[in-house]
Amino acid sequence: MTIEFEKHIDPTLIPILEKVHDPEIPVLSIMDMGVVRSAQMIETIAQITITPTYSGCPAMDVIGDDIISAFAKKNIEAKVSLVLSPAWTTDWITPRGREALEKYGIAAPLHEKADKEALLGGKKIVKCTQCGSTNTKMVSQFGSTACKALFQCNDCLEPFDYFKCLK
Amino acid sequence: MKNENKIQYIYGIADNALILGQRLSELCGHGPNLETDIAMTNMALDLLGQTRSYYQYVAQLSGDGKTEDDIAFLRIERQYKNVLLVEQPNRHFGYVITRQFFYDAFHLLLLEELQNSDDETVAAIAKKGIKEVSYHQRFSSDWMKRLGDGTEESHQKVQEAVDDLWKYTDELFHMTEDDKIAVENGVGVNTAALREKYDQRIRDVFEEARITIPETKWFQKGGKQGIHSEHMGYLLSDLQYMQRTYPNMKW
Repeated sequence: MTIEFEKHIDPTLIPILEKVHDPEIPVLSIMDMGVVRSAQMIETIAQITITPTYSGCPAMDVIGDDIISAFAKKNIEAKVSLVLSPAWTTDWITPRGREALEKYGIAAPLHEKADKEALLGGKKIVKCTQCGSTNTKMVSQFGSTACKALFQCNDCLEPFDYFKCLK
Repeated sequence: MKNENKIQYIYGIADNALILGQRLSELCGHGPNLETDIAMTNMALDLLGQTRSYYQYVAQLSGDGKTEDDIAFLRIERQYKNVLLVEQPNRHFGYVITRQFFYDAFHLLLLEELQNSDDETVAAIAKKGIKEVSYHQRFSSDWMKRLGDGTEESHQKVQEAVDDLWKYTDELFHMTEDDKIAVENGVGVNTAALREKYDQRIRDVFEEARITIPETKWFQKGGKQGIHSEHMGYLLSDLQYMQRTYPNMKW
């Protein structure tokens, strides 16, 4: 799926938006997560639209507040609204975001088919973020937050999170 | 379609998510082990998130100044339109999984149809929910198989849960007047038509799980009309305690 939301984002607002991070995954800016759908100055107010990752994700409220305070620091009033459709997918995480996730110790989402094989078929394809081995196993489909599953490496024995593919 | 009918139709879906989410969240810190504890609270979170989206829409439709919180916390028992299945208590892990499995199978079929609703907001909430409920269904189906085809004790416990909860499954497919109006207006789903697929899904999993479907022909109903089992009052007193005790309290 290709997304064309870039054109709705005023490039001058990007540096401010990049300062806002997911409170649960502090290495990931909301731009790299792909949750910002539009950002425009309408007269003196920055109108920002974001889309939730998971319906119940408590990070969304915090992200909304953080956007407002990031703009307030620049003396700009911001208004944040939430849109549900089209639904967010992990494909919207940028390459830079995927890299940041891996460095932070969270395996980036695989493609849909591979994800199913990893989560349902027990296929050893999720790479350990510590040692790089794919000799890993799923411990639980559900992890520390709604978007993650829990894995463990059979070689270095480290447990790690895997960001589930969402399409 | 009149807003009042639409609101009632949405309650029929959203209240299931709220009440099942409440039941699952009761298990926070009480799951049989860490992974299942986290899994069940994750599912609770998804369901409460879906509930919020529905209730925010209801608040907007009703236009009487009520908020999502008023809708969740300040209705009386008779105004909740959830099915009896989801309010049944957490007796043991096998019971929780069976209740979840019976609901997930229905929930996913419902949302797959609801994403084609002519009402854009309802369709968007459904579409978002499908992704989440697919995970729920995987989880509960896997556990049905593990428990059913597990030890003698796990098999017996989960079979007993099936025997007890089966009588609540028929109500999922009952159509209320508001459901019918919603279908006529292209907003809602004809749940009666989902029955065959549902039964097939249950049979497929039960076969692997070595579980038999009870032969009873008697089914319990009432939740959709707001007539609940004795467990509902206790559940609501827990759910509503803070708002009732400290009116207008905000986070």
